[in-house]
Amino acid sequence: MTLKRTTRRRLRDGGAYVVLLAAIVVLVTTADREAISKNFLDGETWRGMWPDIVLIAAKNTVKYTVIAFAGGIALALVLALMRLSPLRLYRWLATGYIEFFRGLPALVVIIFMALGVPLAFGWTPPGGTIGAGLIALIMVSGAYMAETLRAGIQAVPKGQREAAQSLGMNGFWTMLTVVLPQAIRIVIPPLTNEFILLVKDTSLLTFVGMQADQVELTSFGQQGLVNYSNASPLLAIALVYLVISIPASQLVAFLERRQQRASR
Amino acid sequence: MSTSPMTTPAIQVSDLHKSFGEHEVLKGIDFHVDQSQVVCVIGPSGSGKSTLLRCVNRLEEPTSGKILVEGIDITDPEVDLDAVRSRIGMVFQQFNLFPHMNVLKNLCVAQRRVKGRSKAEAVEVARRNLAKVGLADRENVYPAHLSGGQQQRVAIARALSMDPDMMLFDEPTSALDPELVGDVLAVMRDLASEGMTMMVVTHEMGFAREVGDNLVFMDGGVIVEEGDPHQVLGDPQHQRTQAFLSKVL
Repeated sequence: MTLKRTTRRRLRDGGAYVVLLAAIVVLVTTADREAISKNFLDGETWRGMWPDIVLIAAKNTVKYTVIAFAGGIALALVLALMRLSPLRLYRWLATGYIEFFRGLPALVVIIFMALGVPLAFGWTPPGGTIGAGLIALIMVSGAYMAETLRAGIQAVPKGQREAAQSLGMNGFWTMLTVVLPQAIRIVIPPLTNEFILLVKDTSLLTFVGMQADQVELTSFGQQGLVNYSNASPLLAIALVYLVISIPASQLVAFLERRQQRASR
Repeated sequence: MSTSPMTTPAIQVSDLHKSFGEHEVLKGIDFHVDQSQVVCVIGPSGSGKSTLLRCVNRLEEPTSGKILVEGIDITDPEVDLDAVRSRIGMVFQQFNLFPHMNVLKNLCVAQRRVKGRSKAEAVEVARRNLAKVGLADRENVYPAHLSGGQQQRVAIARALSMDPDMMLFDEPTSALDPELVGDVLAVMRDLASEGMTMMVVTHEMGFAREVGDNLVFMDGGVIVEEGDPHQVLGDPQHQRTQAFLSKVL
């Protein structure tokens, strides 16, 4: 039996729609709408979370992300420059560090810094357990971003460095004014990706325990779950995470487009 | 600006060898450029002419031999290479303008960081040199919005803003559309007439003949023939020179 190609495609597309429609019908009819609205959309719980969910939890999540990101970039820059150093020892040290911290779960490093180090050495990092957790996040994100930065620095055309050198600029000024600004443009998309990953990784800090005014979104949601015996706080924090991370990725897409128009 | 007497050559190269791994690109070059002289270097691609030029400001590290720039041995590991380089202007085939800076900033950044000039001073020097290359009205434009010929003239102005004692040109018109070559050559001609010391690797035989004081023909990593441009181009003595010129003229 032969059918025209367009007819076959229409049949196949139609079939896909039928399957989707059936799935939606099953979900809507079988879902326990009462349980959903009671557990996730409970008005009293939602009102009770306000305004702490924004003024404390979201604020802290953003704060921790920015601290970890800024510290991570600074560390990544040092590691990337070491990776590109003519001195073999520096290259080895940086490579060893990067491979080590990329190979470990971030949570293990966080627990180690916040709980393991005080236990082993009797020394608590500045800022208590949260400070220790942030240091751990910096150590881990620095390892990831170092590789990104190195790739960006190497992607700057060789002629740029040569032009700066031929003008008599030393290695420091060549790197600072010519190479790095161009490298950073190249790595803005992957670095934003890293930023969004960090927004989510701050949830790992939940494990180290924190005081009331240090609470970030995940701890806030978890505590809410217990306090209200209701799952609404989880839906609430999920929405706040999306409100933070989706605009961030949209901003990058915008920056990328503008940059493509501006140069080359 | 230079304290060296006129008898010291601007560039003096002796027994220069350069290898990339196993491959020897320069096989013993002896060569000099006098003050205020324009020396053009021609030859087939792969002959080592660009490598020779790039050794003069040590963008390529010579394997052996000596290079004196105004009497200073730049192969000496103790030499302040950045200081020497700031006195040697260089113009590249691919322009190599800084794409993230506008034209004025391109001309000012090294003046400020290397020469320590104030912003006002750097801008003044930059504007003077932009006017010289005929692009005074383009100081706020980014390189991507300039034609190739304009970019190359900005690159020349950038090098001139360091007040160099000499200029190196590495095939400055080879990446340009034919109709844009003339503007760049005109700027170079003006420079030569002002007495700038110039070493020019080029395929522009007309320029070499009219502007050059000396012409060097390279092939296979050696200087095959050199002398007065009219002489070399009009009556080449060496068979390899004859073969090359018969193809390009």
